[in-house]
Amino acid sequence: MNAWPFVIAAYGVAVALTGSLLLWAYASMRRAEAAAENLKRS
Amino acid sequence: MHALANPARFLRIARPATLWLLLVGIVLAIGGMAAGLTLTPPDYLQGETVRIIYIHVPSAWLGMAGWIGIAAASVSQLVWRHPLAAVAGRAVAPAGAIFAAICLVTGSIWGRPTWGTWWEWDGRLTSMLILFFMYLGYIALASAERERGGEGRIAAIYGLVGAINLPIIHYSVQWWRTLHQAESIGLTGSSIDNSILWPLPLTTVGFTCLFAAATLMRMRTELAEAKVEARMRRMGSE
Repeated sequence: MNAWPFVIAAYGVAVALTGSLLLWAYASMRRAEAAAENLKRS
Repeated sequence: MHALANPARFLRIARPATLWLLLVGIVLAIGGMAAGLTLTPPDYLQGETVRIIYIHVPSAWLGMAGWIGIAAASVSQLVWRHPLAAVAGRAVAPAGAIFAAICLVTGSIWGRPTWGTWWEWDGRLTSMLILFFMYLGYIALASAERERGGEGRIAAIYGLVGAINLPIIHYSVQWWRTLHQAESIGLTGSSIDNSILWPLPLTTVGFTCLFAAATLMRMRTELAEAKVEARMRRMGSE
């Protein structure tokens, strides 16, 4: 059995889930900190 | 730890730390994965599938470490009433859940060519699946408690009680000898040859930095949201 499709699938899942976690955490942090900063200025 | 009880002081440290953890984490995780895919030899028995350990093992450790973080935050909240403890517990949970999910999925993908099955109700696999569902329960409970204006004490108690699952996961391969192999990497050494093992510390440190960066970003999000909520309440009462 060729194992490479399994290896690539496992790495794909790990990169996609870790990347999604970081992007979501970063985007929500930027949004929340921008809202706090805007409210402070107003 | 109590020095960080002040959110302003915490943020002074967390802002530069987030960037550095992200940069170091990305470099080490990508470097380790690239090395694991291209520079190490295939295993004499497992063949190319052995390369999955460079992501599976760190995600298993981080899935468990996340709950250790939740338990530590719970103790800190219940015993010392640390003002950032509930925030820290809620911030760790999504990262812990994601790494527990990566561990389960990559383990399943590794199991198909190695064991001939995607899934088996083996002690280690089942206790890890329970950990994943416990993360989902913690996230739901902590958010519900926060929305109702609670201090997060129920979530903290749940976090402490849930820590019982950690030794079960750890010792499951000794208590129930079914399909999952016994530990091949311990504190004192490893049964894996160094020619295969060396990228593992790179991915482990790399993913740990990314886990910490995601946690700090979630903590910063919660603190900013709390600031906005407090300000809105003040404006409403004026």
